[in-house]
Amino acid sequence: MSRESLDRLFADVRREGRTAFLPFMTAGLPSPGETVETFVAMAEAGADAFEVGIPYSDPLMDGPTIQVASQRAIEQGMTLGGGFEVLRRVVEATGRPSLAMSYANPVFRVGPHEFARRAADAGAAGLIVADLPLEEAGPVIEATEGAGIGLVLFAAPTTHDERLARIAARDPVFIYGVAAMGVTGERDEVSDVPRRLAERIRAVTGTPLVMGVGIGTPEQAAALAPHVDGIIVGSALVRRALASDDPIPEIASATRALANALS
Amino acid sequence: MTVTAATGPGPRLDRPDERGRFGDYGGMFAPETLMPALEELAAEFAEAWIDPGFVSAFHDLLVSYTGRPTPLRSADHLSQELGVRVLLKREDLAHTGAHKINNALGQALLTNRMGKSRLIAETGAGQHGVATATAAAYAGLECLVYMGEKDIERQALNVQRMRMLGTDVVPVTSGAGTLKDAVNEAMRDWVRTVETTHYIIGSVVGPHPFPWIVREFQKVIGEESIAQLEGETPDVVVACVGGGSNAIGMFYPFAGREGVELVGVEAAGHGIETGRHGASIGAGSPGILHGARTYMLQDDEGQVLEAHSISAGLDYPGVGPEHAYYADTGLARYVSITDEEALGGVDLLSRAEGIIPALESAHAIAWVAREADALRDRTVLINLSGRGDKDVEMIASKIGMR
Repeated sequence: MSRESLDRLFADVRREGRTAFLPFMTAGLPSPGETVETFVAMAEAGADAFEVGIPYSDPLMDGPTIQVASQRAIEQGMTLGGGFEVLRRVVEATGRPSLAMSYANPVFRVGPHEFARRAADAGAAGLIVADLPLEEAGPVIEATEGAGIGLVLFAAPTTHDERLARIAARDPVFIYGVAAMGVTGERDEVSDVPRRLAERIRAVTGTPLVMGVGIGTPEQAAALAPHVDGIIVGSALVRRALASDDPIPEIASATRALANALS
Repeated sequence: MTVTAATGPGPRLDRPDERGRFGDYGGMFAPETLMPALEELAAEFAEAWIDPGFVSAFHDLLVSYTGRPTPLRSADHLSQELGVRVLLKREDLAHTGAHKINNALGQALLTNRMGKSRLIAETGAGQHGVATATAAAYAGLECLVYMGEKDIERQALNVQRMRMLGTDVVPVTSGAGTLKDAVNEAMRDWVRTVETTHYIIGSVVGPHPFPWIVREFQKVIGEESIAQLEGETPDVVVACVGGGSNAIGMFYPFAGREGVELVGVEAAGHGIETGRHGASIGAGSPGILHGARTYMLQDDEGQVLEAHSISAGLDYPGVGPEHAYYADTGLARYVSITDEEALGGVDLLSRAEGIIPALESAHAIAWVAREADALRDRTVLINLSGRGDKDVEMIASKIGMR
């Protein structure tokens, strides 16, 4: 896979007038042996693409659910190589474009070029780095371009319009619109914060727009769907992977409800 | 970039560059949500710091509220015992008992200036938490402090002080429940509340502009020392280094001066060879922690390793980026002291001078004691960054165990 698989996905959803669903799951959850099967179940339930979370020791953009998931995955032996192996098998089994999600320190520790090359070798279509703003993204943009995969850049409710234009100008594979103030995790409310951000981003750029953070229910997803090209849900699915005795059917059913809300 | 001509290995940097870097270190590795606030903070501070009204309000507070200048005097009994002429900069005598108040007051004034109503902070030993709680009470701001649950246990006195000052202390249970985890949690709070809240980071760490702002508020330590020395030049200036705010506050005004050696003392914990330590410069490698590129403790895949130190304030797997720059350029050198040696430092200063130092500061004392032969007859200025009341119970339990 390469960046083109994501470009194609967003061209398709725009033509079809729908919104893509991109679930997130931490590599190694619900257990090391069940991870790939979980992604397969999500693909069958209507997922269009995936975010494969490579667990990091200090995930400061993540709330309690993904923190616990990351810690558990690391304790059960998940590594960077293991995360890329999960990604490779997910892409092989589902054919869905998949992004690796990490933090700046692992990327720079391994080296942006080496990291991007390993992600590309595993079949990744792109890379998401939660604490990599525009100002520090240069070496990673160069590395992902060199490896033929996309880099995702973020836009938040606090990002002003002039900055939005600079973000779009770096040609990210999509813009990850941060739908709520704060770290990842489920929220009760349906607010108009994400819609207003989506409108501001749309006014500045035609770059595909995917939103996540704080979206966990079909109602929240449906409300936002007309304004975006894709929606990411993480914590609501990871919570089920952590808590359930029989997580895969539960995750599949939650995925189906979310995917149906978008079509 | 402003570069001060230096005769030593320098150059000392008066400001980080436009990317927020000291040489290869620093930067802004922060979630996008925070970036506009960091930009605003840098602009606001740059403006405030050349505003005579702001600067004099800060300095007036340092005098009338904090009790500055803190004394600098010769520790005669200790000097005699070690055969080294020891001078102590008494930051332990600043209001609230440590240098942390300098930064907390400065940033509280900045918070008022930015029109924000709420403060958050992280704390390890509790000294920065107490300082922020104090500054919040003074400035009329709501305040919440994140503190690792292990640190809440070992620094109970400071937890009580913060609560008396009207601050909420929130236990952090993630990771090992120490300073690193408290910083993570404060950052997570800030990502949610940044529009109304200012994060007073407690050391010269974090994304730009924090390392620069905190150094500017702490450099009064070194500037006062230079004035108090009345033209005399110490041979060696020593300070303990966790994140490194007391050290950079002392070092920066001296950096690049001929004939002065700057020595930062990191925590060797149980010993560097055991892997249970806090020596980010001495035994770490460059990486990205809490928004800045700096020396840190990490594995080959970039997972952050837990630090260890008997002193909660040095129990941190990273160090301020300006120290990383000083280490690489030779502006300062960095050494380490074990838990056991630090306890010896507490004992030594208490008995010789009648001053019970914080366990953090005791690392600097202990290094001078250990190196006394090599330092014979030289003049050594030690930054006594904090007082030891907070550690009394913990030290009693350690000594009781022996």
